[in-house]
Amino acid sequence: MGHIIQFEHVGLRYGHSPETLSDISFALAKGGFYFLTGPSGAGKTSLLKLLYLAQRPSRGVIRLFGDDMVTMARDRLPAYRRRIGVVFQDFRLVPHLSISDNIALPLRVGGMADADIAQPVDEILHWVGLGDRADALPATLSGGEQQRVAIARAVISRPDLLVADEPTGNVDPDMAARLLRLFDALNQLGTTVIVATHDLQLLAGIPHAQIMRLANGRLPDPTGLLRHPPVAAGRA
Amino acid sequence: MIPSLRLPGLSAAQARLLPEGRMAGPMPWVIAIMIFLTALAAATGLALSRSAVSLQADLAGRVTVQVMEANPVRRAQEAAALEAGLARLAGVAAFRRVPEAEVAALLAPWFGADGLDRDLPVPLLIDVTLNPKLQGAMPALTHLVDDLAPAARVQPHGQWLGPLVGLMQALTWLAGVLVLMMAGAATAIVGLAARSALNTHRTTIEVMHLLGATDAQIARLFQRRIGLDALFGATIGLVAALMALALIGQRVAALGSELLGTATLGATGWLTLLALPLVTALVAVLTARLTILLTLRRWL
Repeated sequence: MGHIIQFEHVGLRYGHSPETLSDISFALAKGGFYFLTGPSGAGKTSLLKLLYLAQRPSRGVIRLFGDDMVTMARDRLPAYRRRIGVVFQDFRLVPHLSISDNIALPLRVGGMADADIAQPVDEILHWVGLGDRADALPATLSGGEQQRVAIARAVISRPDLLVADEPTGNVDPDMAARLLRLFDALNQLGTTVIVATHDLQLLAGIPHAQIMRLANGRLPDPTGLLRHPPVAAGRA
Repeated sequence: MIPSLRLPGLSAAQARLLPEGRMAGPMPWVIAIMIFLTALAAATGLALSRSAVSLQADLAGRVTVQVMEANPVRRAQEAAALEAGLARLAGVAAFRRVPEAEVAALLAPWFGADGLDRDLPVPLLIDVTLNPKLQGAMPALTHLVDDLAPAARVQPHGQWLGPLVGLMQALTWLAGVLVLMMAGAATAIVGLAARSALNTHRTTIEVMHLLGATDAQIARLFQRRIGLDALFGATIGLVAALMALALIGQRVAALGSELLGTATLGATGWLTLLALPLVTALVAVLTARLTILLTLRRWL
């Protein structure tokens, strides 16, 4: 199985501050399901930013879909971004757009005709349990509902890579399990899924997932080898 | 509220990606004021330019010969000889002796309306129109006058009104410079409005950017809105300017001045004024696009 993501000695520094990420090296297989864990401030969000191409590293090599993203011309990056679904920690819903328009955003950006958009949006809205709120504005939704909209937006275009930053932080355990099943279903269809979380219950939800653990901006396992989650810890 | 128009390349849903309403608050109104002033300056420049051209064409080749001889008999003889000579001279399109009554009317402000003293030697005037296309007509006329009436004076009309034409041309240039300066200021305002709009909608733009929208896709949203705002403001400014011009036109007509009467816009001038909103919208679209693209280029 080929690698969809390769990091080689990647470092990230904001301005003149010390490195937020240091010497990160790993390779993720296409079609895998990965959890990224670590305490707050470990650098999970920074690592995800590199993954969804919001940031270039200060050093090192990042290959996505087999191509070097560090030297990639800026005008070629949108095509790669369209292959990545992102669930932002702060949702980043567009406040003046209805829920259905928010969810349709990746499809519109990808150039899909308006006539073809309604059905997939309707389907995913029902999947995340918001079928009756299609015309509501994000501000009228609870935090959990907004999170579900953010997830729906990230998965609607069936991306090759799904990157989710604490995607179940605001939903109840039942909805969390339901959303995780959605990620798993997407993973079964071939999407590589990376979920940043510190929810150990979540890790147990996908037994075949692998775990990357970040601490102080480093992967403690310098070889970049990934381990299956310790079952006991996952069910603790 | 500015009407929501569908522009090519943007569906209604895509157009909704930025909230409806004016992008940068006062921009359409600032544009309206700028276009009002620009239209007035442009109209003034165009009218002055036409007036100067008309005046120049009118004066070209027009000459007055003043027969200055003090002896009335010899003055009349010289005038008759000149008329005979003018009739034969190539390059003379037309000539006429200015009637005494007309001369008296010209001198009335200085000598009173009761008529001139018979003993006062008043020059005889002959208005000559030369064919401006014929080279050498003027030297030939001067030569003829020197031969037949050495004391007579040849006065080209351009000599009197030349400074006025020069002033009108200078004012035309000044109006042109004003139009250019206001166009520059309007462009700068649109650029600032585009940047301000980009900051206002930064979150939306960041989301679109991270979802894979290209710079051109994002710029298109702003172009549309800023273009519509500029069109709206420019139309209001132009309508106000046209109303002001209509009022000024009425006042000029009431004066009955021949000179001011030549200061008209003509078809080209009117078309230029009417095209201002479209040109403004086009410049706004291009400026907004350039500003947005340059700003986005600083993002990854």
